[in-house]
This record gives sequence, structure tokens and C-alpha cells, in this order.
Amino acid sequence: MSEENERQDMMLKLMQQNARRIMSTVPWAQALGFELTGIEKGRAFAKVGWREDLVGDPDTGVIYGGVLTALLDNLSGVCINTALKKPMSMATLDLRIDYMRPADKGRDILAEAECYHITRNVAFTHAWAYHESRDKVIATAAGTFALNDISRWASGNAAMDIANKMLGGEK
Amino acid sequence: MSPRAAQLQAFLDRTPFARFIGMEFETNGDQLIARLPFQKKFIGNGAINALHGGATGAFLELTAVAQVYLQSDLQRPPKPINLTIDYLRSAKGEDLYARAIVHKLGRRMASVRAEAWQGKDPDKVVTALQAHFLVAEDG
Repeated sequence: MSEENERQDMMLKLMQQNARRIMSTVPWAQALGFELTGIEKGRAFAKVGWREDLVGDPDTGVIYGGVLTALLDNLSGVCINTALKKPMSMATLDLRIDYMRPADKGRDILAEAECYHITRNVAFTHAWAYHESRDKVIATAAGTFALNDISRWASGNAAMDIANKMLGGEK
Repeated sequence: MSPRAAQLQAFLDRTPFARFIGMEFETNGDQLIARLPFQKKFIGNGAINALHGGATGAFLELTAVAQVYLQSDLQRPPKPINLTIDYLRSAKGEDLYARAIVHKLGRRMASVRAEAWQGKDPDKVVTALQAHFLVAEDG
């Protein structure tokens, strides 16, 4: 295994060990109750529970679409972290969301994101929000993210900062 | 406040998420200017004190919804079909403003662009949104 692969493996392990901290250190993710439920190489999984104060349509109890936008945006960012060869910071360039069906009142919303391509400056992602399984998709997202050298930008991601320090990167 | 603006205010008042983010608006005829007073919970990256893209996006989507509602006689708020958000600049941890233009308001669909800015210059856009909404009352 090459040194680069070892580093990537170690970063992934560190992220998995610190999974709870990844979203809990982001105030908006915390405010909406996002929970990171799993990380694999290039993929990330999360959950958000139904909550009265997140309802966008008082007549039906359907969660506001912007909550899904935030969830898919955040999760897409996390899944890029798992695919990087070294810690970097990122900023969303654009995010396209398609709303397929309203989320059911009272049910958890699950989400997964996949980073399917990375260049030196840009990462490309797809993400899905659904109930129980991908057969019942609520919304999908396609995102592009600008990658920045972490030595110039704070990542805002506690686990990535830990990984960066442990790998001897600049703070 | 026009009767329609009062209806919009009533809609926002009884929409939990609108209260959750604390969105405000004023109108100039048919044109709305929305304001999102800063709250700490909107932060996405504490290290650089930047708003979360999802907070800015949610505010822009609600601005677009409000603008469609304001200039139509819909009984129900329009439902988003899809949207694209362009993040042009990092949004700082302070108040956000937004306005929206309805490019087309048809019988079933509406096409809307919304732009958000901070400070005094509306032309210095931090985040832009392009969205389609379903406006059919039987949809």
C-alpha cells in the first residue's frame, strides 16, 4: 500500500472514530438536529428526525424543503472529506435540489451522499434524502464544491482538524 | 400594509419554519424585501464565522415562496419542484437580505430567481437561487 493510501486510510479511520463531532460542531446542523450515522470511503449517511418547529406547511405537517437542502449540502461536504487524500477545506459552489415528494409527517428522514469525482480544485457529489430506503426518495441533490488548501482556510470540521494535526499538517 | 401583504405575514406567522429562522419582510408595492436577522445557530463554519449554506439557501427559498405568494392570489403557498443555489461569496455571521423576481407565473408553474446580500449593496450578491414552483391549487 502506498504512503498516500495509508494516509487516506488513517484519515477515514479518524473520521469514523470522531463521527459524532463532525456534525455536532456545525451550529446549523445542530439546530436542525442532524445526526451523522455512518461514513465510508466517498460516502456518508445521516438522519434528521421530524420536528414540529421545522414544518414548512402548517396544514400538512410536511418538513420545510430548506431543511433537506441543508442536510444534503452538509452531508455532501462530509462525504468529500472521506474521499480526500489530504485534509482540505471546502466551500459549496452550487447545489441543485430536486424535490420528488413531500416528506411524511412524523417520520425520520434518512440521507446519503456520494462523492463521485474529485479534481485538484473541485469535488462533485450526488445525494439522496428518503424514508427507510432509496426506493422512496424525497429529494436528490447534485453539488459541486471548491476545494481549498487547509493551511489557508480553517476547515470548520473538528474531525478534519484532528486528522490534519495528527498527520502533521499545518494548523 | 396591503391586504395581500397582511395575508403573507399571517402565513409566515403560522409557518413553524418561518418562525424558527425569524424571517421578516417589508413590501414596496408588489416587491418584497426579506430580512433574516442574524442568529448564532445559522453558522456553518465557526472558525471563519460564516453562515451555513443551508441557512442561506432556506432563507432564499422562503423569500422566493413569499414573492410568488405576494404577487399572486394563491390560497396555498407554492411547492418547490427544484432549485439551484449558487454560492458566490462567503456569507458572514450578520443579517442577510433578499429579494426575488418571478420570471414567469403560469397556471401550473412559476420560475423565480432570488438573490441575497449583506450590508448596504444589493448588487453585491452573496448567494443566488433559481427555482421552479408548482402553483396549481389542485397539485
